Amino acid sequence: MTFARTISGSGPVQRLAKAAFNSRLMHRLTYPHGPDRFIELFDPTAVADETVGTISAIEHPTERSVRVSVRPNSRWNGFVAGQYVEFAMEIDGRRHRRMFSPAQSQHANGALEFTMSVNPDGVLTRHIQQSARVGDLVVLGDVSGDFHLPQARPERVVLISAGSGITPVMSMLRTLIDEQYGGEIDFIHYCRSASDALYAAELEQQEGALPGLRMHCVYTREGGVHFNAEQLAQLVPNYHHAQTFVCGPAALLEATRTLFDEQGISERLHQEAFGLATPAAGEDETGGEIHFKRSDRSADNNGQTLLEQAEQAGLNPEHGCRMGVCFACSCTKTAGRVRDLRTGEISSAGEEDIQICVSAPLGTVSLDI
Amino acid sequence: MSELDNHLNSFTQEQFDQIGADFDAIRRRVINDLGERDANYIRTIVKRQRQFEVGGRAMMMLPPTWPLGVASLSLSKILDNMEIGHNVMHGQYDWMGDPALNSKNFDWDTADTAENWKATHNFEHHTYTNVVDRDHDIGYGLLRMADDQPWEPRFLMNLPLTALLHVFFQHFVAVQNLKLENYLIYKTKSREELAEEFKPVWAKMRKQLAKDYVYFPLLAGPFAPLVFAGNMTANLTRNIWACSVIFNGHFPEEVEQFDESVLEDESRGQWYVRQLLGSANFEGSKLMHLMSGNLSYQIEHHLFPDIPACRYAEIAPEVRAICKKNGLPYHSGPFWKQALSTWKRIARLSLPDRLLPSKKPTAKAAPKAGATTDEESLPIAA
Repeated sequence: MTFARTISGSGPVQRLAKAAFNSRLMHRLTYPHGPDRFIELFDPTAVADETVGTISAIEHPTERSVRVSVRPNSRWNGFVAGQYVEFAMEIDGRRHRRMFSPAQSQHANGALEFTMSVNPDGVLTRHIQQSARVGDLVVLGDVSGDFHLPQARPERVVLISAGSGITPVMSMLRTLIDEQYGGEIDFIHYCRSASDALYAAELEQQEGALPGLRMHCVYTREGGVHFNAEQLAQLVPNYHHAQTFVCGPAALLEATRTLFDEQGISERLHQEAFGLATPAAGEDETGGEIHFKRSDRSADNNGQTLLEQAEQAGLNPEHGCRMGVCFACSCTKTAGRVRDLRTGEISSAGEEDIQICVSAPLGTVSLDI
Repeated sequence: MSELDNHLNSFTQEQFDQIGADFDAIRRRVINDLGERDANYIRTIVKRQRQFEVGGRAMMMLPPTWPLGVASLSLSKILDNMEIGHNVMHGQYDWMGDPALNSKNFDWDTADTAENWKATHNFEHHTYTNVVDRDHDIGYGLLRMADDQPWEPRFLMNLPLTALLHVFFQHFVAVQNLKLENYLIYKTKSREELAEEFKPVWAKMRKQLAKDYVYFPLLAGPFAPLVFAGNMTANLTRNIWACSVIFNGHFPEEVEQFDESVLEDESRGQWYVRQLLGSANFEGSKLMHLMSGNLSYQIEHHLFPDIPACRYAEIAPEVRAICKKNGLPYHSGPFWKQALSTWKRIARLSLPDRLLPSKKPTAKAAPKAGATTDEESLPIAA
């Protein structure tokens, strides 16, 4: 459709059309919905109020992973290598969201690259692996995270990753290659086996891309051992003088943290946990803590409804009927499980909107109030 | 005591609990079944509404297509307010996680602010449904709609004021949360308080008025008066229709109203029964249901205000069955019959009590089970 072509894309005509559609007059004429709610009927990626993209390629690098390229709309404002972005797709009518780190260089134009390990219980990653198609819509949230290279590039960099934790450090590596980085980089990647390695071919290829770049792949089910102090000292004898970036599961983060603390160089260590940090929740009504993130408060979970507990913590969240009817109290639960007191149903552990007047926390729960 | 009162007083707490469990089971089943079908449904309706709006506003600018334009914009406004706005703001589609269809974000094409609506409607009206003095929808502070509202001379104007309410419905609803009667008649609200509360209302009203009566007419150039009149007609059509639908849902003569005392220790089962007795359906074609935002299934809506309205038709037979099993009335009738009955109530209640041709039993102390006083009864069965 000509109209759709006029408002999507990024040429001068498109920019003008977009400016016209987002003008004050258009907002007045389309009040209260706003021009985006009309434009999206023609092209859902042409909206100005959300960063959305379409899937441009899907690959299956290993059996347990999937790689999607997403072409974002013009609202995408770039990222810094190592940061993550909220990635959401609609599956059976519901928007499912998770955080992923783009793996491409921060200097690359065009599609964003997301490589994700497929969680057998994860609705989103399984959907992407099995059912997503090129052209499907992806809603991208804000870019965030402090896990990134300092603006003034350090002289030595050690990048350590395990499994799908490779993506943010891969982005750092590619960024440094694009910058023709003159320093030394040691890239240590742990995975089960060669056939399970993400980016194996590229890592091999890039070996000679920079004079100071050395690759170390450790296959833990093919004789390689997990991270330990001796191994690091052997692979990177001068790691004390480098800035080290680590992304992987909790065990790797803990092992590196312990070592760097012992060595008194903890300020040279930068870490990122991959996957959603889900607090360990028992099925108990009580126990654990409730984190009211926006108000920066916490309270011990006493098993009462989240609304009651918020009030006991001195907060005054918006509410009405106290029986699940009016939705005045609905807010975002960012982590943890809750039980719906009307149905007894237990929620998922991920981010979702809940009505706090009829929800009791099971263990630790974080709320955006 | 009426027959229904006697019947309800014979209910045990267990019976009410069973009714609660039966309705909860319907709710749980539908909630678990929500998915792509419902998402596609609401998106299709939104798409149609936007098409009717763009098409209507364009067609209105030329004399030959003016009538079509007016019809189209009227449809757009009705769909926007009824099947989309009212239902989305109830949180019926919050589960989708789409910010554009979320009850916290959605705003509708009418003078009322989403915030005020959610306070008077979602909270007050849906929690205290048909409880005299608590549910402001009983008369909107303007009319006498319950036998238990003491008669005042101003209620002689019940009929003309009801007609006026239909005509200016969007603006009456917009100021409903201000409780104007407290300032004008009962003098319990100060001018300053009122002015403060009116600010956000005026901010929205102004933008709506500017859109329909300034910007779009100006855009039509020489045909400005045509567009002005067309928008006025579309607003009027929506106003009269929306008001009629809402009145049909709670004011036909057969619908029960309640005394504040019913709220005390009300169990979930009793809450369901009150919603059931306090609402009435009307029957009609598929189009009629769509245009009423499925509020033609007012009973199902009041039992399950957070279930997508497109599901009410399919759960209605089950609701009827539960009513039948428990000997409870399920108020339903053709649109015209419910409307006639509503207007009859309005006319009747305009007269002082001593002149009332027939006095409906006062707002009930029921539904209340006789043996509930010493039992634990939380609003939510934990």
